Amino acid sequence: MAFEIIESCVNCWACEPLCPNKAIYEARPHFMIDPDKCNECAGDFEESQCVSICPIEGAILNELGEALNPPGSLTGILPAKFAELVARQQAA
Amino acid sequence: MELPVLNNVAPEAGGCSAGSCGSTDDQMGHLPEHIREKVFNHPCYSEEAHHYFARMHVAVAPACNIQCHYCNRKYDCANESRPGVVSELHHPVQAVKKVLAVAATIPQMTVLGIAGPGDPLANPERTFETFRMLSEQAPDIKLCVSTNGLSLPDHVDEMAKYNIDHVTITINCVDPDVGALIYPWIFWKNKRIKGREAAAILIEQQQKGLEMLVARGILVKVNSVMIPGVNDKHLAEVSRIVKAKGAFLHNVMPLISEAEHGTFYGMTGQRGPTNEELQTLQDECSGDMNMMRHCRQCRADAVGLLGEDRGDEFTMDKIEKMDINYPEAMKMRAEVHAAINEELESKRVAKNAKVQLVSIDGLKLNKPETRPVLMAIATKGGGVINEHFGHASEFLIYEASPSGVRFIGHRKTVAYCEGGDTCGDGETALDKSIKALTGCEVVLCSKIGFEPWGPLESAGIQPNGEHAMEPIEDAILAMYEEMRVAGKLVHKSSEQQKVA
Ligand code: SF4
Ligand code: SF4
Repeated sequence: MAFEIIESCVNCWACEPLCPNKAIYEARPHFMIDPDKCNECAGDFEESQCVSICPIEGAILNELGEALNPPGSLTGILPAKFAELVARQQAA
Repeated sequence: MELPVLNNVAPEAGGCSAGSCGSTDDQMGHLPEHIREKVFNHPCYSEEAHHYFARMHVAVAPACNIQCHYCNRKYDCANESRPGVVSELHHPVQAVKKVLAVAATIPQMTVLGIAGPGDPLANPERTFETFRMLSEQAPDIKLCVSTNGLSLPDHVDEMAKYNIDHVTITINCVDPDVGALIYPWIFWKNKRIKGREAAAILIEQQQKGLEMLVARGILVKVNSVMIPGVNDKHLAEVSRIVKAKGAFLHNVMPLISEAEHGTFYGMTGQRGPTNEELQTLQDECSGDMNMMRHCRQCRADAVGLLGEDRGDEFTMDKIEKMDINYPEAMKMRAEVHAAINEELESKRVAKNAKVQLVSIDGLKLNKPETRPVLMAIATKGGGVINEHFGHASEFLIYEASPSGVRFIGHRKTVAYCEGGDTCGDGETALDKSIKALTGCEVVLCSKIGFEPWGPLESAGIQPNGEHAMEPIEDAILAMYEEMRVAGKLVHKSSEQQKVA
């Protein structure tokens, strides 16, 4: 049972001090979670701390490789809308 | 007696022999003396001091505890002078080294701010470690901190221990329904909270923090980002409330939302205000609030005096090689500061003497039928018209009216011509300058080329290079008088004016 940080992480440090198990560490190109230490905050907090503060959708995955903050969940811009906006900007 | 040159003049009752005169324009007049003394010579508040003193920021606080729709954590935040996470992040020990190195090299550096890349108070250990070391090692540097306010109440007591000059809180709303359109989520008590509930908590914390700071005698400035259609109608109320609670300045800044920043507002096409909209709101707020109009939303990572960036001289590897003896440097700094203060003081005395004269001349202008006129000034500083039109990257906007000359604000542009023959992209930059001057009828500069003359005139803006090196207010009054004599200032509703 452990989460994983992937390359879309912007190295903002927000998660690192919150982890009750000191599982998160600074690394390049992006922060990492030590899978042996992460217990998904079970027993410590109701919500996984790193997932609750991370500002980047899709930067933290569960064991199944699913984004814990899926697209649209933080910005409120759902994926279809996002694609449309990007397309509009590129056209402009 | 009301003096016609409204800004740069403190009320006579304020005892303007020392600190107050020529400090920071109309809005400073109403401040109590002890606050005026604090903000006087502060590069962020005093237009004049801005040219003599400098401030710098250090990026020691990466984490943030809220999300704003105008922010993309990855990049520098134009709205709040916040560096992005891509900026060089410093450990507190490195940051202190950097500050001492800059302060020893650029003695004009008197203010150190912590503004990010995240929220300084979401990184309290790093922020306070930096402050603690600086308070001990460099007591001649003023400290300031900007925050979104969410965790402010928890840290007020700690802050009171250091040499903190002022705290800036960004308050964009006092109504959770408005807040829900600005803040998608906050991190609060170990949970992510969204929507209206999140905004309500943030607002409550901001207001509580503001009250606690004021109660402890720490100066509080409030910044608001003006977002048309979201909080523009609401900010006058924000202004009223934060003033009532004791904030000493309110600074309304325009939303900057370029699509390429990838912010929510940028993506969704939320526009920023026009210069006129911003000015109207600032005027509205200044009715019952001390407004700040100098803020240029300067780059948070810039090092040096206004308009210069010497950041390259202070990269970490260069700093490591420097051998700084700060106690020695502090002596040198004290001498430089004394010399600057002397110069500012003598300018102030000269200006004061002049103001008396101008005021007498000015009274002759006191014809009720003349209407107010906006004028743009190209200046490099020093209170005189000394910048070439094509080299100006910003204009100072003043309003001339029968009641005097009033500083309105800055408008940025791209220097239309960066020198003799490199005007390749001249046309679009000129268009930009003309747009920046919307609403102005005159632009006063030290010199202006032939090319921009026609387009400016067709846009209804009279270029004028005849007042080169003259003090700004004198030139504006002269210009206003010239326009009056030429019959250009007849008020459309002059009948009403006469009655009043
Ligand atoms: S889920 Fe909890 S334990 Fe695992 S890395 Fe995140 S904060 Fe640490
Ligand atoms: S909070 Fe998210 S973006 Fe920030 S360091 Fe942690 S994983 Fe990376």
